[in-house]
Amino acid sequence: MNRPRTDSIRRALGVLGPFAGLVLVIAIFSLMPEVQGRFLRVANFTSVATQSVIVALGALGMTLVIISGGIDLSAASNIALSSVITAYAINAGAPPAAAVLLGVLTGGIVGLANGALITRLRLIPFIVTLGMMGIARGAAKWIAGNQKIDAPMTWVNELMARSPRPSWLLAAPGVWAVIALAVVMAIVLRRTVFGRHVFAIGSSEPAARLCGIRTGRVKILIYVVGGLFCGLSGVMEFSRLTVGDPTVAVGLELDIIAAVVIGGGSLSGGEGSILGTMIGVMIMSFLRNGCTMMGWPNYIQEIIIGAIIVAAVTLDRMRHRRE
Amino acid sequence: MDAASSVLRMTGITKTFGATRALDDVSFDLRRGEVRALLGENGAGKSTMMKVLSGAVTPDSGRMEIDGRPYAPAGPLDGFRAGLSIVYQELTLAPHLTVEENIMLGREVHAGGWLDRRAQRARVREALELVRHPEIAADVPVRKLSVGARQIVEIARALMSRSRILVLDEPTSSLSREDGLRLFEIVRRLKDQDVSVIYISHFLEEVQEVADSYTVLRDGRNAGGGPMAGTALEDIIHLMVGRKVAQMFPRVDHSVGGTVLELRRFRGRGMTGPVNLTLAEGEILGIAGLIGSGRTEMLRALFGLDEVENGDLIVSGVATAAGRPWDRIGQGFGLLSEDRQGEGLALGMSVADNVTLSDYAPYLRRGLIRTGLQRRAVEGWIGRMNIRTTGPDQKALDLSGGNQQKVALARLLHQEVRIFLFDEPTRGIDVVSKAQIYEWMGRLAGEGKSVLFVSSYLPELLGVCDRIAVFHRGALVDARPAADWDEPRLMAAATIGRASEDRTGSVDQERIPG
Repeated sequence: MNRPRTDSIRRALGVLGPFAGLVLVIAIFSLMPEVQGRFLRVANFTSVATQSVIVALGALGMTLVIISGGIDLSAASNIALSSVITAYAINAGAPPAAAVLLGVLTGGIVGLANGALITRLRLIPFIVTLGMMGIARGAAKWIAGNQKIDAPMTWVNELMARSPRPSWLLAAPGVWAVIALAVVMAIVLRRTVFGRHVFAIGSSEPAARLCGIRTGRVKILIYVVGGLFCGLSGVMEFSRLTVGDPTVAVGLELDIIAAVVIGGGSLSGGEGSILGTMIGVMIMSFLRNGCTMMGWPNYIQEIIIGAIIVAAVTLDRMRHRRE
Repeated sequence: MDAASSVLRMTGITKTFGATRALDDVSFDLRRGEVRALLGENGAGKSTMMKVLSGAVTPDSGRMEIDGRPYAPAGPLDGFRAGLSIVYQELTLAPHLTVEENIMLGREVHAGGWLDRRAQRARVREALELVRHPEIAADVPVRKLSVGARQIVEIARALMSRSRILVLDEPTSSLSREDGLRLFEIVRRLKDQDVSVIYISHFLEEVQEVADSYTVLRDGRNAGGGPMAGTALEDIIHLMVGRKVAQMFPRVDHSVGGTVLELRRFRGRGMTGPVNLTLAEGEILGIAGLIGSGRTEMLRALFGLDEVENGDLIVSGVATAAGRPWDRIGQGFGLLSEDRQGEGLALGMSVADNVTLSDYAPYLRRGLIRTGLQRRAVEGWIGRMNIRTTGPDQKALDLSGGNQQKVALARLLHQEVRIFLFDEPTRGIDVVSKAQIYEWMGRLAGEGKSVLFVSSYLPELLGVCDRIAVFHRGALVDARPAADWDEPRLMAAATIGRASEDRTGSVDQERIPG
């Protein structure tokens, strides 16, 4: 069959833009004589990948939320809360596996609260998650007694180790977790009824309701999944820091949202893809990495990333208008 | 007509949108101090006409004169400057601002940017007294007022600008009878002050009460007009309807069986009266009535999209409590929305997803959608329904209106609906697609399915339905076999609230409360 193929080519083109951006970013730094040698090395790439894990996990959940036409501003606070809970549990002598599970579930519970408030009280996601952003951050500080929670070293801390053990892993287990989960989520979005319902709700909620989709339930589930990813991200944050820090990841929700948007997600819903989001995450990580190597100050990075967000969305709109 | 006393003259106005000719060589004349009714069915061109007048739409050809001077507005501000003011049917007030702020919006009394509240308040009070509603408080946000009161504020605002031509577009549709009468009084007083009024309404009896003369549009053309005095309503209805029923309704043989759906004292949100109605197997039941008469409200309450406020719904002999859309789908209902783009389809999704959105079950294996199987099934529907598309993966957004509607219909057929609820299924689609949709309705009835068919277009109801029920002002007026109706009778029932042949005595003029 010929025609369906042209349509899938068009869909691929949607990811091609962000991908070209990623190649461009890598190419530019590769050509910079100052960093050439250090930038284009496997060790650097695995290091960038490891640094991307926390944002990437948050962005996997956020992609779902944004495709459904929602937003989750509480993502970063949720990550901090989950990391504190994980540290607290390990510190209290819980088996590491139980602590990890508890951390992930904490994220899921925050997501459940978001989803329930949004659907049952018919509040807009922006407001509910803005409120939850404060609540989760406050809860994290409260539980941690307003300081860092130290925890004994366990295997949990190796999830984000720079040099993984065993060495044949090549990258930290967290990186592999992101890759595996990205594949799962891509399949969920494209091939499951739940995934199609996420797109339908984002495309037109009235239409979804008319088709008998239980929009309330699906939306709650979306925020729960988004929360679970934040929980896992929080576990990785703890693993990286080896302490539970309630003040970590402030403002990270904007990086997460930016990654989804750079990857083609539309804040008005109905559009977005896991692959695009992952490319968005990598564009931001490589930029940070390259700028740091160049010795450019932080504010330069901020300006560049800000400009890229605007440019990405502009290009995306232009592509749509042409269609 | 004396040319000197003519305030507004529109000649040879033509406007096309794409392939449809909304206005075709239309002329309109308004004298000083005249109240002229502009009449016509939905889609006859009245609103386009008013948009041309206001400057919101530029005509392809034709001339306009106000007070004998050429008038070619570039935008609504030009109309305002020329002394024109329009009260639209859909309210245009800012809900968060107060009554005073709304009335004075754009013409605030100020000194160097500082508001002169006292002067404003005096003017607002004057305006509210003019409309005989001095009890409306000037400092209340408009959103706290009833719809009727908002309409009054809107009219007060229009009068405030001391315009010489006032357009009232369905002004009484949200007013109580009492407020309606007050409005007529205001209109008469304006007339004495030499203000000219264009009065657009579907309610012919009130038009007769308030207007001096009338102009009827039909299919974008002048159908007739003249002085109101001595003109029978039946003659006006005939002008509005005019045409013969075309042979574009392919009838498919079907026979009506046992009752499938029964409504007992059924009342949904936005309806004023309870409805008792039955729908049988293999029956196409038409629902006529003006927009806002309760037809759509009934359909939405039936399907569980809006609340059922009262009454019973009996499906195949079993009484069911209030249900949500997924319950109704389980009972075999399917709704085709009047808002095709906003609600009928998920426009950003593919044709395949839109067809299968309400039922993915046939394509699932271990929780995953078998997209090959789904695509093949949808290709079958594309062929059967004659949908013009590049394939199942094309976005619904890229299809024409008629093809989008066929996709929406294919979804209902795919989910195996027994009771079809069609809300304006042919609005805004091409003639060929229309005929195909009529044919599908007949075919469905032939298979023993039941169809509720809401439409504003009377010929299609008469051409397709077995029985037609008419709604007026939120309640069911009458339901009879289609053979007992004709267009004038339907139009009379929808606009007056009773059939035209028994027009003796006064009729209870119950209105939708504001």
